[in-house]
Amino acid sequence: MPEVMSLCDKLFPDGHDVNAEGDLVRGTGTTPQGPVAVIGTRNHAGIGVDLAFALATEVLQVVERFPKRPILMLVDTQGQQLSRRDELLGNGGYLAHLAKCFEVARLQGHLLLSLVYGEAVSGGYLALGMIADRAYALTDAHIRVMALPAMSRITQIPIEELQELCRTSAIFGPGVDNYQRLGAVEDVWAGDLAAALVKALRAPADGDRRAQLGAERGGRVHAERVIAAVLAAP
Amino acid sequence: MDAHPPHAVTPLSFYEATARQRVRGLFDPGSVTEILPPQQRVISPHLAALGLPTAFDDGVMIGHARLEGRTVLFASEEPDFMGGSVGEVHGAKLTGLLLRAARDKPDAVVLLLDTGGVRLHEANAGLIAISEIQRAVFDARSAGVVVIVVCAGRNGCYGGLGIVARGCDHIVMTEEGRHSVSGPEVIESQKGVEEFDATDRALVWRTMGGKHRYLIGEADAFALDSMEDLRRAVAAFFDKPVALNLETVRLEHQALERRLQRFGTALDATDIWAGLGVRDTVGLPMLDKDDFVSMADALRERSDA
Repeated sequence: MPEVMSLCDKLFPDGHDVNAEGDLVRGTGTTPQGPVAVIGTRNHAGIGVDLAFALATEVLQVVERFPKRPILMLVDTQGQQLSRRDELLGNGGYLAHLAKCFEVARLQGHLLLSLVYGEAVSGGYLALGMIADRAYALTDAHIRVMALPAMSRITQIPIEELQELCRTSAIFGPGVDNYQRLGAVEDVWAGDLAAALVKALRAPADGDRRAQLGAERGGRVHAERVIAAVLAAP
Repeated sequence: MDAHPPHAVTPLSFYEATARQRVRGLFDPGSVTEILPPQQRVISPHLAALGLPTAFDDGVMIGHARLEGRTVLFASEEPDFMGGSVGEVHGAKLTGLLLRAARDKPDAVVLLLDTGGVRLHEANAGLIAISEIQRAVFDARSAGVVVIVVCAGRNGCYGGLGIVARGCDHIVMTEEGRHSVSGPEVIESQKGVEEFDATDRALVWRTMGGKHRYLIGEADAFALDSMEDLRRAVAAFFDKPVALNLETVRLEHQALERRLQRFGTALDATDIWAGLGVRDTVGLPMLDKDDFVSMADALRERSDA
């Protein structure tokens, strides 16, 4: 799992001014497709009210100062911050606000890409990463709702049974490959990251195609059908 | 499933009702048409694969109806099926409903959420479904359709759907409703009982309950736990969509910054209430609805101004 600065060196060989302060990562990278705004987290950050607010501040600044500049989210989060203080202050409102800022950026013509380079978990990934037009991940990144032992404990399904199910289904277990099969991760990046980014920047936004992709890839075949059935019902 | 004949008595309490009783109790008599009803057997294949019980509606009833004569698309989560949790099919029904709203432009979407969030038995598909619901909420809002959440059920509104709820136009809460991302048990199990004692019901209530959420601006309306009062509260948001644009997110940004500045060091909800100017923070839980709302409306924070 790369450190975020060396990751940016690989993503932006033509240069960048990405910097980190605490768990917050932000800056601009130079690419053959033009400048790209970078907004992200590091240190497997838990996203609570303060970090969600700081991230939203960055998004709004990009929208206000650099109309239509593509935004690349660099994701390393252990999920929403688990604390009494964050829930007392309304973490739901702060995480939703971050998602709304990204949505407004999208509506204003910013292409939204995300790259999981560390961890991506649950509520943190919802607000930072999954909201993108297209989500990507490095091969050695970790995406999950919950690790299998904890899932086994809570669902009271023996871990051996869960492991067996993981062999045939992408639904249960953690992993970048599973999220790709389910349609949530467009592609997994390895090797020349700068070239992968340029390719991603060239493809325009195309709505939410994840259910369709999940069906095409065979990992998640029911969602697309159910959505279509709801739309077709009298 | 819907074993109750049409003339069955509808409970007066929303909290205690089933998903289907809530729909019957809230919407205009005879106006409800269910989409993908139980007869169509749209169940979770993943629960079936695990040998677990399934529901013929996968725990959520969706459809179209009228409320005080106006057209709505609705969803009602069943609190007693897997804790109202979101699996692949359950989530796809919600996403489809919201995309249908973006297309057909009803007068409102009404989401009766009662959920712990992702269904862990379908973990990845549940999380992705919630992200798809979030995008579809934004699609409906961008089409000008007002999306109203009722958070007044037994499971509260937690997890990813807690985030989704705050991405909708308005949240109606009751005293009994709870809204948060991480639930008390999750925080306690991960961070210890010193961080959050999940058995302390008063702590749970004042940290996540309807009165606190209304006071800090996480909820937009406060209603009694009755079908009649909730219907009135939902109907009050007809024709009041919140535009999703740079101006409105800037306003919300200022409001959330103000909240951090005013209350970022508060240790307990009672500190926040005192900071807002509530004189009797100990007596606040005992205030009845009308007294609470008139007091709260004079001093509460809002997220949209």
